[in-house]
Amino acid sequence: MTAAEILAVAAFAEGRHAQAFPSFGSERTGAPVVSYCRIDDAPIRTREPVMAPDALIVQDVTLVHQVDLFAGLSHDGYVLINTSRRFTELGFEDHFVDFDQERLLTCPATEIALEHVGRPMPNAALLGGFAAFTGQITLDAIQQAIRDRFSGVVGERNAAAAKAAFEFVTNAKEEFLHASTN
Amino acid sequence: MLRQIEGSRAIAETVALCRPEVVCAYPISPQTHIIEAIGAMVKAGTLAPCEFINVESEFAAMSVAIGASAAGARAYTATASQGLLYMIEAVYNAAGLGLPIVMTLANRAIGAPINIWNDHSDAMAVRDAGWIQLFAETNQEAADLHVQAFRLAEELSVPVMVCMDGFILTHAVERVDILDQATVDLLLPPYEPRQVLDPADPVSIGAMVGPEAFEEVRYLAHLRQLDALERIPVIAKQFAEVTGRASGGLVSSYRTEDAQTIIVALGSVLGTIKDAVDMRRDLGERVGVVGITSFRPFPGDAVREALRPATQIVVLEKAFSVGFGGVLSTDVAMSLQGEQHVLRNVVAGLGGRAITRRSLEELIATAVRGELPVLTFLDLDHEAVDRERTRMAGTRRSGPSAENLLRDRGTVGVSTSRSDS
Amino acid sequence: MTNQPVHFYQVGSFAVGNRLLRDDQRTVQSNTDRANSIDSGHRACQGCGEALGARYALDAAMRSCDGQIVAVNATGCLEVFSTPYPETSWRIPWLHSLFGNAPAVATGVAAAMRVKGREDVRVVAQAGDGGTVDIGFGCLSGMFERNDDVLFICYDNEGYMNTGVQRSAATPPAARTATTDVVGPEPGNVFGQGKDLPRLAMAHDIPYVATATVADLHDLEHKVERAMELRGARYLHVLVPCPLGWGSASNETIHLARLAKETGLFPVFEAEHGVVTNATQIRRRVPVQDYLSLQRRYAHLFGAHPRPDVVARIQSIADANIARYGLLDDSDQEVSV
Repeated sequence: MTAAEILAVAAFAEGRHAQAFPSFGSERTGAPVVSYCRIDDAPIRTREPVMAPDALIVQDVTLVHQVDLFAGLSHDGYVLINTSRRFTELGFEDHFVDFDQERLLTCPATEIALEHVGRPMPNAALLGGFAAFTGQITLDAIQQAIRDRFSGVVGERNAAAAKAAFEFVTNAKEEFLHASTN
Repeated sequence: MLRQIEGSRAIAETVALCRPEVVCAYPISPQTHIIEAIGAMVKAGTLAPCEFINVESEFAAMSVAIGASAAGARAYTATASQGLLYMIEAVYNAAGLGLPIVMTLANRAIGAPINIWNDHSDAMAVRDAGWIQLFAETNQEAADLHVQAFRLAEELSVPVMVCMDGFILTHAVERVDILDQATVDLLLPPYEPRQVLDPADPVSIGAMVGPEAFEEVRYLAHLRQLDALERIPVIAKQFAEVTGRASGGLVSSYRTEDAQTIIVALGSVLGTIKDAVDMRRDLGERVGVVGITSFRPFPGDAVREALRPATQIVVLEKAFSVGFGGVLSTDVAMSLQGEQHVLRNVVAGLGGRAITRRSLEELIATAVRGELPVLTFLDLDHEAVDRERTRMAGTRRSGPSAENLLRDRGTVGVSTSRSDS
Repeated sequence: MTNQPVHFYQVGSFAVGNRLLRDDQRTVQSNTDRANSIDSGHRACQGCGEALGARYALDAAMRSCDGQIVAVNATGCLEVFSTPYPETSWRIPWLHSLFGNAPAVATGVAAAMRVKGREDVRVVAQAGDGGTVDIGFGCLSGMFERNDDVLFICYDNEGYMNTGVQRSAATPPAARTATTDVVGPEPGNVFGQGKDLPRLAMAHDIPYVATATVADLHDLEHKVERAMELRGARYLHVLVPCPLGWGSASNETIHLARLAKETGLFPVFEAEHGVVTNATQIRRRVPVQDYLSLQRRYAHLFGAHPRPDVVARIQSIADANIARYGLLDDSDQEVSV
């Protein structure tokens, strides 16, 4: 839930409306958990779970084969998966044949977190990556929201992880562009 | 100040601004974050003077509130579902004694089967207890209603519960404007009890009342709730004047002026309904929404007035009376006596099942075509139900229905010794 | 509070009317200027032990805090007979909520006084045995555990008397009640059940636990005064015979209470923070049947088909109490059964 919450706070800092809430499955440690976040310029009235996401952030890649994660995702939707492997190595390219390939990306967020924060907690990095990926939110806002949520050194380190992931994704996008124009 | 915070946090901070003097509560999902936050404020000294008491049960929670309120203190507690049932004797007692306790009810389904998610069965279980029941549509309204609740309760000597959808509102992080102390103090003067335990002026509170006077005592409580029908709009109006935003009141209307079909509901689902209604309006259907904020006292006149434009009324509710049908729809039907409407009841969202905009749009379309049955259970899996009925008809020892249904869905593992497999 | 005219009759004992006593030997009740917390005119039965005990206890409490007290009452005989609609016999602020929540309600009153800076106003909660040991136990234990500033007084008449004499966890073994009939191999209440509330209270390590009976009203008053000197959770368990429920003569109430103590069946003691500090010695030990035979609830143990085996079991309970609390330590009495 924290990632969705930070995203919502970041959007708020940019003057936008945001709504973040946990899915309504049991939130116990170890069980698959989904959180939702809506961002809009107008007030958000609806309360339903996000049925047709514009973007999907997957923190735990092992879930992909357990739960129907991609239900409702539109063909030009963004998918950002936390793993050091490449998207094409994950074993479900078939599903994504008709998707905008530019919008499918992996990011080694756990590794980035370990490097900058010292703990395998990928949330901050994934949000930094998300910012670069979709352009829906600025890195600045994400970092500010991270610092609001985690004070002191912990906040700084997470903000650094976000930045590192931001740069990683920016690079990945450029590479893709470079590859596709060749 | 505008903040992006969790609903529970918004409630805790707003309740703290109301200067409660005794806060006593027992933890139960999904109310825990409210009480934890208030407890932290009291322990840190930022909410003072205030006694925060960790009670041993919900029954104790309401009982402590009763004692505190009778002794002249502003008392607050919070609960949900099973907790509300556990304190139900004390809930009736508080209303019967006329004590202005305010309680947050984080609406949650009542078991069995045990279920921690949202519906309105808990609020409905105590609708006759004599408490005022206000339903919030958003976290902003939930926070605002607490200020209005204390004011209303203390003016009338009637306890008030603010109902907000568990998880959907309590655990949602959204934009809320938290008032400042000066504004709350303006809206909520200090508590002046109508009756109080005071050695300087002793009274006996809680004596037995026999057949010769019981009906009159009950009727007086009824009149106080009717007074509330007058006071609620006045308090809401003052709130709007001071804060600049509408919160509370008896009912609210959305696109009803020329509506042929109006959907009536309580609580947060109104937001999703409004989105669905906008989609249908774009297709030319004349649909509107009426939200009921004050469920008890039931604002019959206001409801009748608000529903007048439409020929078809669809009451969508998160509760039902087992073996009969809707609860809210029955109240609405009562208020519409003598009016010419087609009335339809939809039960939805039980046990936290998501009410989706798509399902609502299909529902509206069906209603507009005049094909909605008198009673619908939204998104009910009829096949699963039929399979269980077949199982039950096939063998006496068919086992717990709940487990059978879960096994059907693959949520529970299949055992190797099923006698009927 | 207005005074009421009181008439005393000269007697030759420590009872109220004895004007030969020094002032400090007299009870609160002997003060001709007294104003009772619970006025006459209530509807208690003739010989009601609870009415006597409650009046003494609350008047002592009032005296010790200058009248600044609030009473919280559970449902039961005391609540019912003291507030026959439309009258009340309470001269102090009094609150009745429910059957099982008196301790919690009292906690709330105490919290309110504290938050308002009125800790000079003391809170006394009271209930019968049913409202204390059974339905009120959860709330009572919670109040004890939090050490809330409440004096809880249990008036124990060993059954649900107000509703027609049903068994509670304070009903002694072999006693007849409406729900423990004297039929079958084990007539009356069953052995091996029941709760010893004073010991359970002590197990919470609260500042003060004491037992008392209406046979020694001075002792009851002193214990209330002692309790009122202290703050935090305090518990007083008072044996109050019920002529109706026990099947005893209405003029035997005080005598029976004395016998309960002198047999050892009702130990009278004080404890602080879980440790017994004082146990009142038995003055003249009495075999249990002298006590039991005066009560029709034990009539089935005597008469045409006597049950000396049951009486012997009850005797061994008394013996065990005497041993546990050292009730004959100072005595050179022969142990006679």
